[in-house]
Amino acid sequence: MKKELNFYSDKDVQLILGTLLRVGVMVSMIVIFAGGTLYLFGRYSEVIDYRVFDPHKTGLTSIASVYKGVVHLDGSAITQFGVLLLIFTPVARVVFSVFSFLVERDYLYVLIGLLVLAIILVSLSNKLVG
Amino acid sequence: MSVLVFTLILLVGAFLAGLLGSLTGLGGGVIVIPLLTLVLGVDIHYAIGASIVSVIATSSGSAAAYVKEGITNIRIGMFLEIATTISAVFGAIITIYINTGYIAIAFGLILLFSALMMMRKKVDRSDNDTSGKLAVFFKLNGSYPTLEGIKYYAVHNVAGGFLMMFVAGVISGLLGIGSGALKVIAMDNIMRIPFKVSTTTSNFMMGVTAAASAVVYFHRGQIDPGIALPVSIGVLIGATVGSKILLKTNTEKLKVVFALVVAFLALQMIYNGLSGRL
Repeated sequence: MKKELNFYSDKDVQLILGTLLRVGVMVSMIVIFAGGTLYLFGRYSEVIDYRVFDPHKTGLTSIASVYKGVVHLDGSAITQFGVLLLIFTPVARVVFSVFSFLVERDYLYVLIGLLVLAIILVSLSNKLVG
Repeated sequence: MSVLVFTLILLVGAFLAGLLGSLTGLGGGVIVIPLLTLVLGVDIHYAIGASIVSVIATSSGSAAAYVKEGITNIRIGMFLEIATTISAVFGAIITIYINTGYIAIAFGLILLFSALMMMRKKVDRSDNDTSGKLAVFFKLNGSYPTLEGIKYYAVHNVAGGFLMMFVAGVISGLLGIGSGALKVIAMDNIMRIPFKVSTTTSNFMMGVTAAASAVVYFHRGQIDPGIALPVSIGVLIGATVGSKILLKTNTEKLKVVFALVVAFLALQMIYNGLSGRL
């Protein structure tokens, strides 16, 4: 257990990693808040109905449909975009880790990081949802 | 109920959930899901989708602080994430095929279990003795800063911990919670990692695990922006306030009260699941 083996004792990397997570959460929360404000202004008096699960209710179930809504400044779509940014924050953290392990030449952990990314990419491909 | 009233009620409820979740270490999801389903009559699939979003927000927020302190063992986290992401995706896929009543019952049981775990005295069984071949191969043994200087620790039973993480991941994907209680069992009891390291590392892994299942929920339409909005903002603010209070207060009494509340919610979920109301 030599100390120099542990790349993450490196203060710089920890700082970047922490900042990445914090900025990711902050940015997505700002987007969610902005979209949410728009959504509330437009639809505050509508009656909610979440009693029965309807997969097609939101219409915001693909990155393409969310993008389309964001372009048209639709409040729900902007909120959903914020949620997507939030989901990608920890994923971005894994991407960053892969690079830092690459710099460190710890190829075993580059591989492990890529494996985790691959799992998330497979689930992102939308082939698993029946 | 109008959108405005629903949003405001949920915002306050999510704030309290985040606050209590961070004070007791149980996480916000365990309160958010009963609040949505039992109180507001929301279908459990939407509740799970909203809860997982709040898990990502709180765990990433606090992981940011922990990572900077240098306690989190990033290698252990990355290594175990292989198990938790695969199983979280699996859990998220199968929820739709399971009767909602059974999901409610499973949720209630996990809730009871978490309340019990919270009350149990924790025993630190970490040491720096010889550890297994796997721990050495994957470079999992590590160190962390304490007031008395750098403390080294060895990781044990890597295979057992890895298997337990599969269980934790399935539960997380199935129920939309961080399943911190199960992750802590895997790390504290099986792998015998010191508390400080296991709590921060479990928290570090939670974001990626939740993201893996959140993607499945997103495609399936389980993440509704109208619910995710008040839940994510409320829980995050609550958890942030909670972590500030936590430094100054003794939470032992609060934990007893909270365990009773959680047990009551758990029984409600199980009852409603059995009687087919959820």
